[in-house]
Amino acid sequence: MAQRTIITPENNDANYWRDLWNYRGLFYFLAWRDILVRYKQTAIGVAWSVLRPALTIAVFWFVGWMFNIPDEGVPRILLVTAATLPWQFFSAAFSESANSLISNSNLLTKVYFPRMIVPASTVIVCLIDFAITFVILVGVMIALRYTPGWQIALLPLFLLLAIVTAMGAGLLIAALNVKYRDFRYLIPFIVQFGLYISPVAFSSNSIFSSEKIPDWLKFVYSLNPMVEVIDGFRWCITGGQIVLNERAFLISVFISLMLLFAGIRVFRRTEKTFADII
Amino acid sequence: MIKVEHLTKEYVLRHQTQSYTALRDVISEKARGLFSKNEKQVETFKALNDVSFEIQQGERVGIIGRNGAGKSTLLKVLSRIVSPSAGRITMDGRVSSLLEVGTGFHPELSGRENIFLNGAILGMSKSEIKKRFDEIVAFSEVEQFLDTPVKRYSSGMYVRLAFAVAAHLEPEILIVDEVLAVGDAQFQKKCIGKMKDVSGSGRTVLFVSHNMGAISSLCDRGILLNKGSVEFDGSAQGAVERYLIRLNQGTGDGELAQRTDRTGNGKFRFTSVAMKDRQNKHIEEVFSGDFLKLEFGFEAAENLDLSKMIFSVVFNDDFQNPALAFVSDEMVTDFSALKRGHPLILEIPELLLRGNNYSISLFASYGDTSVDAVCDNISHATTVNVLPSDFYGSGKTTRSGHYGINKANYSA
Repeated sequence: MAQRTIITPENNDANYWRDLWNYRGLFYFLAWRDILVRYKQTAIGVAWSVLRPALTIAVFWFVGWMFNIPDEGVPRILLVTAATLPWQFFSAAFSESANSLISNSNLLTKVYFPRMIVPASTVIVCLIDFAITFVILVGVMIALRYTPGWQIALLPLFLLLAIVTAMGAGLLIAALNVKYRDFRYLIPFIVQFGLYISPVAFSSNSIFSSEKIPDWLKFVYSLNPMVEVIDGFRWCITGGQIVLNERAFLISVFISLMLLFAGIRVFRRTEKTFADII
Repeated sequence: MIKVEHLTKEYVLRHQTQSYTALRDVISEKARGLFSKNEKQVETFKALNDVSFEIQQGERVGIIGRNGAGKSTLLKVLSRIVSPSAGRITMDGRVSSLLEVGTGFHPELSGRENIFLNGAILGMSKSEIKKRFDEIVAFSEVEQFLDTPVKRYSSGMYVRLAFAVAAHLEPEILIVDEVLAVGDAQFQKKCIGKMKDVSGSGRTVLFVSHNMGAISSLCDRGILLNKGSVEFDGSAQGAVERYLIRLNQGTGDGELAQRTDRTGNGKFRFTSVAMKDRQNKHIEEVFSGDFLKLEFGFEAAENLDLSKMIFSVVFNDDFQNPALAFVSDEMVTDFSALKRGHPLILEIPELLLRGNNYSISLFASYGDTSVDAVCDNISHATTVNVLPSDFYGSGKTTRSGHYGINKANYSA
């Protein structure tokens, strides 16, 4: 069947999503390329994927032990691992997808494809990295002879929340980054700042149950969707020993969906000018 | 079928040359806008201006024009890389565009991996690439190095592999930018041969090139663009002739002086070229073996010692391969009589070239021919139309061709 292409100055939404589907092969190949290239000419290769989070976990574990940060009666190492893995996934997926258009500018100016493929494929690459790092968690659980409860089955749901958040923020910043390179400098800052305001080194419960912290500040804290991603991971892995704050959870889901929506919208609106201004 | 209607592509010109917009500037601009009603003056540039044409299935169309005529913009719009400012394009069939060889090649990946990656980028599915993999490898002549990262390839190997992938695309509409100008002469021939095969199989081909030989041998229709508009749309031969005439006109007095597609420090600049015969009459064409006088107008910086100049005049064929060159520093020359306001003259007693169009490139340098010494270097300064003649006095006109002719005798 002959395929008809119509090019006008306006957007054509119906075709866009069809195109995105038609170009799934490229999506796969871009992800494949990034995975292949990632550890070329390194001596220990894929071990880097495990080593980096493992060292981070070790540091957080040590700091938590030093300063006696509340561990809610759960082995501290499990608590730290359950938080570090999703956080590292988010920070990598967000910063790499936000920079992906710039680093693939040679493709953008020479071939057509739905541009959303580029940031999306970097998120997939980070997801594969995440799957590799997951062995750390499994290792920790085996070492502690820790059996998770039924809650572990809901883990993919929280992973999905992390993907939606990273993708939404990534698309938004990637699109803005093409025109305003200011965002290039903002990205590392967001990632670093995010680590301080997300419960990686501490637990959300100590925030929500604190009497020193005013309610409005607790609300602001819960606006960060990564809070509930991390809490969710801990909840799933500890079999519900770490409680989920339902209100905060709903806020997180809402915020991350809004982020994805805004990301797609801004991306779609600016996309056709990418090749002109990149 | 391709139908282009009133296609326009406009760019906003910024006079400050910034590589990207800083948010700070936008904010300060907006803030200023709050307090003053002054409209910001923006200049727009129409890279394409109301272009319309229709191409039927199976047509092979060459798009030609000077630098900046809008050829590449047109291809980019047709390939959906940039979006038009106005107008509408309708295309039936699968479109593949090839604006560069080796787009998306990753230096760290092996040849084999890059074939798959590049194929996917150009729009081939994995099974298509697998099916043609052996053909691609055979065409590229890099079998031995398939598992070597392409960063270790020679530039020739790199280009061959890249072209090989592109040559095995099988879309209904193929859009090709100046990509044949790669590799050595032999590989170029192979590429052109492949392009002929591709276009012979009923596919629609749009082809941009500065290589007039390739245009006239590959295409059956030509579109000449000038300053963003269609100037001529008809036979490929017609478009090529028209283009060459334009190039020629570009050398009338004053115009060569205004050409900006030149390099060199500008201390000496060619400003005009004129062709004359033995009687000092202006001519447009010359017969094989005849006398030809070229007069070059020039301007030179005050402090330049003209007696130390080195000039070179090269006759090039359609493929920009030199066919004949006159380089002053290897000849018996004395430029001490050269004066500002008087032309530089090159007299060729017998022009030993066969009948064809030759484009002339000019070169001037001071003292020596090192890069820093180059004053002016300009290609396509003019076109010389050499007509075949009865060179040998045999009563027969000699054959045309892009090569030399010389007096000689066969004997027993």
